[in-house]
Amino acid sequence: MEDGENDGKRLVFVTVGTTSFDALVKAVVSENVKEELHKRGYTHLLIQMGRGIYSPPKCDGADGSLAVDYFTFSSSIADYIRSASLVISHAGSGSIFETLKLGKPLIVVVNEDLMDNHQCELAEELEERKHLYCARPHTLHQTLTKMELESLVRYTPGDGTPVARIIDRFLGFPDD
Amino acid sequence: MEEHHHCCIYSKMLSKCTFPSLLIIFSIFLMVRVLYVLYRCGKPFPKGASPSFSTLIVLGSGGHTAEMLSLLSVLRMDRYTPRFYIAAATDTMSLHKARSFEDSLVDKSAVKEASLQYTQIYRSREVGQSYVTSVWTTIVAIVHALWLMIRIRPQVILCNGPGTCIPLCVIAFLFKVLGIRWSSIFYVESVARVKRLSLSGLLLYKLRMADQFFVQWPQLQKNYPRAHYVGCLM
Repeated sequence: MEDGENDGKRLVFVTVGTTSFDALVKAVVSENVKEELHKRGYTHLLIQMGRGIYSPPKCDGADGSLAVDYFTFSSSIADYIRSASLVISHAGSGSIFETLKLGKPLIVVVNEDLMDNHQCELAEELEERKHLYCARPHTLHQTLTKMELESLVRYTPGDGTPVARIIDRFLGFPDD
Repeated sequence: MEEHHHCCIYSKMLSKCTFPSLLIIFSIFLMVRVLYVLYRCGKPFPKGASPSFSTLIVLGSGGHTAEMLSLLSVLRMDRYTPRFYIAAATDTMSLHKARSFEDSLVDKSAVKEASLQYTQIYRSREVGQSYVTSVWTTIVAIVHALWLMIRIRPQVILCNGPGTCIPLCVIAFLFKVLGIRWSSIFYVESVARVKRLSLSGLLLYKLRMADQFFVQWPQLQKNYPRAHYVGCLM
């Protein structure tokens, strides 16, 4: 797992994707979660809050506590993930695989308010394979306290070659 | 007098029987044709059937498009040309991503701009829309899908999950039954589906509309044995 540490800055990047997920934003800025992050040596908390209406209190971290900042959307989410030491993400497959491909430690928080909640399937499967940790907003603190980043297994990205081979053969193309 | 009487019987018989019997003959023909199409679906083409196929690519928001582009990046594009990209009218991001993907290809091989098309399609129902208004929007969506399919008449359809692919695939199936255009439908279930198929996937699998059906997790293949397990696209 890669740690994006530079100049002693260790960033926790939180992303909710294109929708809103206030329960996650509230969970990450709750006192016990911030305390746990600080205890683990993280210095900055940056939140991409999407369309959420809850704006967390900002903090510049001057007093040695965890610095907190947020924004709504950005076209360069990948850059934030790259500079992070830990990513806390909603359960969308786009965010999950983007983070895993960059080799960053990841906690996925499942949105329990979604009606068709098939998203937890993916997060739970990848947790079973030790590629990430899976939590709910109210269990985030618990997950953080028992989290062991060394035990995570780096994800090997797949590709479309097997699908392409079958489609090509089906349509009568010779194998390359 | 006798002649006239016979005539009357004939015309009565004709007026009574023609319409129902024609209907019966037509529906038998249609049923046989549907069975034939279902039988032919999923049967591979002979070697060297065609140098290239016109291809319709159905894009969906977020993760779906990323997965589709991952597949396209390993397909030999000279075999799948011309290409038509379709995304939901509310989703401009996906077509934008498809464009930048095609632009990245231009460097590698000579791609004619004319062989590429990007279209948006009306969705039958947006998230949170009421059911009353969705009757009207569904009709609009179906007519629009029909119009697009008549124009494109693709030989290959690639889709991976969004609901917009269902009307397009149903129309493609009707085209096969009516002999308008034979197309092959390839469906890749989204990587987000680990245990259960999406509604689109379930429909295409159960109705046997997809010629080849792919899943990205072994658990799904166990439950749907006609599917190919191909590992993760991402």
